Amino acid sequence: MSPAAVLAVDRLVAGYEPGVPIVRGASLRVGAGEIVVILGPNGAGKSTLVKSVAGLVPKASGRVLLGGIDITSLPAHLMVRNGLAFVPQTDNVFAGMAVADNLALAAAVLPKHQRAHGMDEMYTLFPDLAAQRRLGAGRLSGGQRQMLAVARALMVRPKLLALDEPSAGLSPKLVEMVFGRLADIRKTGVSMLLVEQNARAALAIGDRAYVLAGGENRHEGQAASLWKDPVIAELYLGAGRAP
Amino acid sequence: MTLQFLVDGLLMGGLIGLGAIGVTLTYSILRFANFAHGEFITWGAYATLAVAGVIGWMGGQHVGPLGPFSVGWPILAAGLIAMVLTGLLALALDLVLFRLLRARGNAIIMVMASFGASMALRSLLEFVFTSEPKYFSRDIQIAIPLGLGVRVTPDQMLMLGLTAALVVAVHLIVTRTTIGRSMQAVAENPELARVTGVNVESVIRATWLAGGALACAAGIMSGITVQVRPFMGFDLLLPLFAAAILGGIGSVPGAVIGGLIVGLSEAAAVPLVGGGFRAAVAFLLLIAVLLVKPTGLFGARE
Repeated sequence: MSPAAVLAVDRLVAGYEPGVPIVRGASLRVGAGEIVVILGPNGAGKSTLVKSVAGLVPKASGRVLLGGIDITSLPAHLMVRNGLAFVPQTDNVFAGMAVADNLALAAAVLPKHQRAHGMDEMYTLFPDLAAQRRLGAGRLSGGQRQMLAVARALMVRPKLLALDEPSAGLSPKLVEMVFGRLADIRKTGVSMLLVEQNARAALAIGDRAYVLAGGENRHEGQAASLWKDPVIAELYLGAGRAP
Repeated sequence: MTLQFLVDGLLMGGLIGLGAIGVTLTYSILRFANFAHGEFITWGAYATLAVAGVIGWMGGQHVGPLGPFSVGWPILAAGLIAMVLTGLLALALDLVLFRLLRARGNAIIMVMASFGASMALRSLLEFVFTSEPKYFSRDIQIAIPLGLGVRVTPDQMLMLGLTAALVVAVHLIVTRTTIGRSMQAVAENPELARVTGVNVESVIRATWLAGGALACAAGIMSGITVQVRPFMGFDLLLPLFAAAILGGIGSVPGAVIGGLIVGLSEAAAVPLVGGGFRAAVAFLLLIAVLLVKPTGLFGARE
């Protein structure tokens, strides 16, 4: 628990309806340059936790600090301006808009003179998108769509990139591709909070992991050791386990 | 049958299109059918008359009409001011009524409230201005023959030109600017828009301002071609919705093309099947399009 934690979530209680918490006092930390994975069974509150951190689900109590700054009550649209970018699980691109318009909208939070440069950077990072910039985002393939969603989030050069199940709905080959790109992006110094059902893929690129159940922390540890713990693997990691 | 119906249809269609842009934007971004939108048209026309009256009182009463047109610059200046005022009226209505109901997230309550707002706004106008029709100008214009039996007055040409300019401007704003992209984004996926950094509340404000201002432009057109009366906007409400649905909810070019289709088919119906069926034609067309393509001509979603 270094003071330099990029993200610190402290005893967070959150839920869609007042008095019905789904996240019940979860805490976690993401250090500089770390990929931290959140695992857990269905209904454990993983998605609600990360959505609440991003400002989409109301927080009842607890604190969220980003780079030491309290962002607990910041509205969602100001999160990106403060360095926290979120990639939702489904519908994470504007399907009715062209690839270029998706990126232009994301670039609009940058100062005017940096916008064109920011978009060029994303086209360099994801050449597939550059080749299809005029195409409607709804007509991209599953993998390219996910890349656009990540590019949209990276546009603001976030301190923390939070992703909700980036592997959802992708073939094993595409999962490998997407996680490979995430590992590359981490090398540029972006810390990540990764919510995943696919424990195998996530633990392969993650540094540390938290296992959530009933909206609370159940276990935490190094990705490698958590993977080897037979009890945890059996209880919480389920189908994603390696043979 | 002469081709004169084309001129009348284009004018009526352009007017309906301007109003339908507001309906389609409100529907896609705020997710409810605003039945008070017709009142923005009426209020826009009366606001123009009132502002023109103030300009006249301040010394502009001796200004003659501009060139070949029946109206002078006081009416045009008043129109611009009234567009801003009508935008602000729409914003004010949102602030005191729709904003509070939006929090409950029930679309039916919003629609019913808009019905109530429509009646209140209309009655207020009748109270202040009486139901006696008013006119922007009592000059009679000589129509210029264009050939093939088509005649156009200078006013009609001016209005067609202004409508085309407004429509192009709105289309460019929606497709090429940050606020336009933000509007498209909120219409498609408000949650994703928020995490992309879009302030949904300011997008909603921009939508009301634009919708109100364009409704005012439609009101001025209607006032110059016909007359200004308290029911002018309410009577346009169904054609507005027909145009917005025909074009596909959320699409600005769709609303305009829907408006032109409704306007032209209504105008064509008069010499073909008689004036009594004028309103019915738009709806037959609407039903036909919806049976073939339920999302409307340019609609992407439900």
